Amino acid sequence: MEDDQLIPLEIFCVHHEIDFSFIDSLEQYGLIEVVKIKETGFIPESRVNELEKLVRLHHELDINLEGIEAITHLLQRVKDLQQEIITLKNKLNLYEDF
Amino acid sequence: MDYIDYYKILGVNKNATQDEIKSAYRKLARKFHPDLNPDNKEAQNKFQQINEANEVLSDPEKRKKYDKYGKDWKHAEEFEKQQSQRQQSSNFGGQQTYSGDFGGGDFSDFFESMFGDGRGERSSRNAKFRGEDFNAELHLNLTDVFNTHQQTLTVNGKKIRITIPAGVENGQVIKLKGHGGAGVNGGPNGDLYITFVIANNTKFKRSGNDLYLPVELDLYTAILGGDITIDTLSGKVKLKVNPETQNDTKIRLKGKGFPLYKKEGHFGDLFITYQIKIPTHLSEKEKELFMELSKLKS
Repeated sequence: MEDDQLIPLEIFCVHHEIDFSFIDSLEQYGLIEVVKIKETGFIPESRVNELEKLVRLHHELDINLEGIEAITHLLQRVKDLQQEIITLKNKLNLYEDF
Repeated sequence: MDYIDYYKILGVNKNATQDEIKSAYRKLARKFHPDLNPDNKEAQNKFQQINEANEVLSDPEKRKKYDKYGKDWKHAEEFEKQQSQRQQSSNFGGQQTYSGDFGGGDFSDFFESMFGDGRGERSSRNAKFRGEDFNAELHLNLTDVFNTHQQTLTVNGKKIRITIPAGVENGQVIKLKGHGGAGVNGGPNGDLYITFVIANNTKFKRSGNDLYLPVELDLYTAILGGDITIDTLSGKVKLKVNPETQNDTKIRLKGKGFPLYKKEGHFGDLFITYQIKIPTHLSEKEKELFMELSKLKS
């Protein structure tokens, strides 16, 4: 995070043609963390990908904020489970040909 | 290049209304959208087909052309030319297709031969898009990741030199920022995600940073004790075996395991399990001596 640049959310909104209120709602739902410097909202560059994904879910698939929250939660669970499978597979190797 | 039935892809009939097409598209897009199916190539391909079908069928001009030529699409271009520059291909403004970093902008050869490269139309908004993220697998041996080393990879024709830190795990993914697809209209490049696939080319078993090794011990050393030398990944180690060592005895050699990821100088442990080998093909003399020992014990 040391060299993480901050992207002004205003520019992000113009660029993606979205209303700033959507960003506000995402923050209220705890789906993104906005960095505030002198009343201006920013997002770290490393989180832009995530934010873009939320924008796509909302605007392209017409998923409301509750839906986005549920999807985000489930995708994180899928990711965690995939990681657990990798760890278990690696452990299973211990018992093969032993 | 085969004819693609866009109606079949969207699951609608040839007389479907724009609303029906839109609805079918949305339904399928929700199912196969790459954001909802991460790392699922099949879903991504399906999504591209759906996108392409929608690009054609939701645009009256394109749909008309598609319907007109149908399976004779191969002659469409020739025919169109003969229509003496009747009109420049229409400007399909306002048509929404999905964007993002999953490369949804690719069209089949079939599409491009009928309608040209769809990319041009979409970039007319001059919107900046982040480049596509690339995923790649790097196959290495366990011994390769015992030490930090550099390796040159060729990704999409470009050579990149990366440092592979010691201690990388099988299945671990690292991100190389900006090494993905090029951004569109000055947008940033995507990232490159490398998944390590590590084959074990050693006699050791690995669990995290610890290594496990079964070591055969002859009966006499197990009973009387002695010195043995074993191989570790960092060289040979001399071990003292205690007298009367039992089968399956486990020994921990601290710091002789696998290096900790991105923690230089720190290592896991090596666990040795003694497997006592019972002598076979005994000579008469040996049998006699074992009998004698047996009598002593009883």
